[in-house]
Amino acid sequence: MSTLEIRDLQVSVKLPEGELKPILAGVDLTVKAGETHAIMGPNGSGKSTLAYSIAGHPKYEITGGSVTLDGVDVLELSVDERARAGLFLAMQYPVEVPGVSVANFLRTAKTAIDGEAPKLRTWAGELRGAMEKLQMDPAFAQRNVNEGFSGGEKKRHEIMQLELLKPKIAILDETDSGLDIDALRVVSEGVNRVRETGETGFLLITHYTRILRYIKPDFVHVFVGGKIVEEGGPELAERLEAEGYEKFLTRA
Amino acid sequence: MTTEAIAPPSTKSQVLRSFDVADFPALNGLEEEWRFTPLKRLRDLVTATSLTGAAPSREYGDLPAGVTVSDADDVDPVLTPFDRVSALAYGSAAGVTVIEVAAEAEPAEAAVIRLVGKGGDAAAARTFVKVGNFAKATIVLAQTGSVTLADNIEVVVGDSAQLTFVTLAEWDRDAVQAQHVKLRVGKDARVQHVQVTLGGDLVRQFTSVEYTGRGGDAELWGLYFADAGQHQEHRQLVDHSVPDCRSHVAYRGALQGASAHTVWVGDVLIRAAATGTDTYEINRNLILTDGARADSVPNLEIETGEVAGAGHASATGRFDDEQLFYLMARGIPEAEARKLVVRGFFAELINKIPVGELRERLGDAIEARLVEAGS
Ligand SMILES: Nc1ncnc2c1ncn2[C@@H]1O[C@H](COP(=O)(O)OP(=O)(O)OP(=O)(O)O)[C@@H](O)[C@H]1O
Ligand SMILES: [Mg+2]
Repeated sequence: MSTLEIRDLQVSVKLPEGELKPILAGVDLTVKAGETHAIMGPNGSGKSTLAYSIAGHPKYEITGGSVTLDGVDVLELSVDERARAGLFLAMQYPVEVPGVSVANFLRTAKTAIDGEAPKLRTWAGELRGAMEKLQMDPAFAQRNVNEGFSGGEKKRHEIMQLELLKPKIAILDETDSGLDIDALRVVSEGVNRVRETGETGFLLITHYTRILRYIKPDFVHVFVGGKIVEEGGPELAERLEAEGYEKFLTRA
Repeated sequence: MTTEAIAPPSTKSQVLRSFDVADFPALNGLEEEWRFTPLKRLRDLVTATSLTGAAPSREYGDLPAGVTVSDADDVDPVLTPFDRVSALAYGSAAGVTVIEVAAEAEPAEAAVIRLVGKGGDAAAARTFVKVGNFAKATIVLAQTGSVTLADNIEVVVGDSAQLTFVTLAEWDRDAVQAQHVKLRVGKDARVQHVQVTLGGDLVRQFTSVEYTGRGGDAELWGLYFADAGQHQEHRQLVDHSVPDCRSHVAYRGALQGASAHTVWVGDVLIRAAATGTDTYEINRNLILTDGARADSVPNLEIETGEVAGAGHASATGRFDDEQLFYLMARGIPEAEARKLVVRGFFAELINKIPVGELRERLGDAIEARLVEAGS
């Protein structure tokens, strides 16, 4: 059973001139395989910063604290090593990679994560199955990664990767935003299939309780001003929906 | 010999044209067309008035039915040279290699002809490609070995013919080449030229296009990869003088290593008579390391208001860190992620080559260059 431990994490964004702008002001959070944590907070509060800095995006600098996955110091690892260690980030804005087909990309990623190439005999079927489950047309396999994908298609593609790569800890950054009602259901079902294995812990960043009706969180964290200011169960999400962040903003 | 339109060359249509090298003033490097080229490295090609070295030897296996290769003493020219080195090549070439595709022939396979340089003194060469009316063919010219070479390639694509013409410059690292490729496109004819430049110390390739009837379509695809010290220069002049023709110019290059230098200058001229012209030109450069330099100059000269489309674009940038991050965040190691991105950058161009083996080989060659630089 895997555990991601975030302790007093402080992160700055690197500005073009080389200055540092502090964003995360000491985040504490523990995510265990099988658990689902929802993080809700206003725009600009640092949710994506948390996600990206755990994944190792070069735009961010860790200025304090620690992140470990099953005791391994994640912050010492390169981006690809983190992914191979079992971290997965479904991005808020998935990146287009011109000239690289989805099929080639997924096979390369799968090979890297598993440490061996998937069996030729079974891979094609596995890929087709994963696409079908997320109701993606098989033609997507030959298209370039995220190029010309609609917002919803990009998100389904992210969740398809989640299912294929089977990470220990998955961070989903606003996977629900921009999805229509049907796509939200399809994507949520994908997440739930992985949840049911009990082998993946989830950090679900969202603005809306809509997705939490499909994916019931075990814990809800309110994120304001670069840190967690309140924690509770699913009922906290309902309260936020009704009352907004105002009372936390004054406290932060 | 004849000298056409001398005048103040205010436009691309008025440059000096002549078959005689002596009609051209000596080069000093300040000329607009030569200002990016390190003339010294062109060796004798700059100063000589005749070239006597041995031209690259011609090698080929079985040619598909409908394609022939022969020697000729002379052929009616399609190109009137408009720079000194091209005129030098014209005057010095000992003979002409003629590659012919019979009218209406549709060879099932590509005709592959290798030109192999064996070193030695500066040489000249002339190649003439004639594609008969309604023919449909792919011709690959693979240039390897070591040379100091000035050469002209003239290509006539007959009415309603379709030609895919792949020229590979995979010269040894000490090679020097100044080449002119002239494409004459017939009525309703279509030519796709894929120009691949990986080798050489200095390679300068000028491609010019003219149309002889409506409905002509020319696509110029270029792929180049310059390593430390290499100079690769590509210039095009597409002369639209006939109505309702199309041109599409797309060159992409990658550069790595100290003083790798590439130059792309794309000139498109739409004359008053060329109404209904549709043209687009684009150059993109990917700078992989510090110290490399890519010059990129698109130029569109339009003398009629009635065009179907005319545009150009140019972009030179570094490796996209976001792409790299996305791939690495899926577990793909950095070196492999870079390979994927660079291969992807060239994918559109490589896919224009209708020869599977060659596509594979070029993809691998590009990857190998990345690996060499990485180690
Ligand atoms: N390059 C930058 N220069 C200046 N500020 C930046 C830069 N990059 C990020 N920031 C700031 O960091 C803060 C946190 O951004 P982040 O994307 O983490 O917020 P978020 O909580 O994910 O917001 P949202 O809900 O809108 O997605 C924001 O105020 C943002 O403007
Ligand atoms: Mg965000």
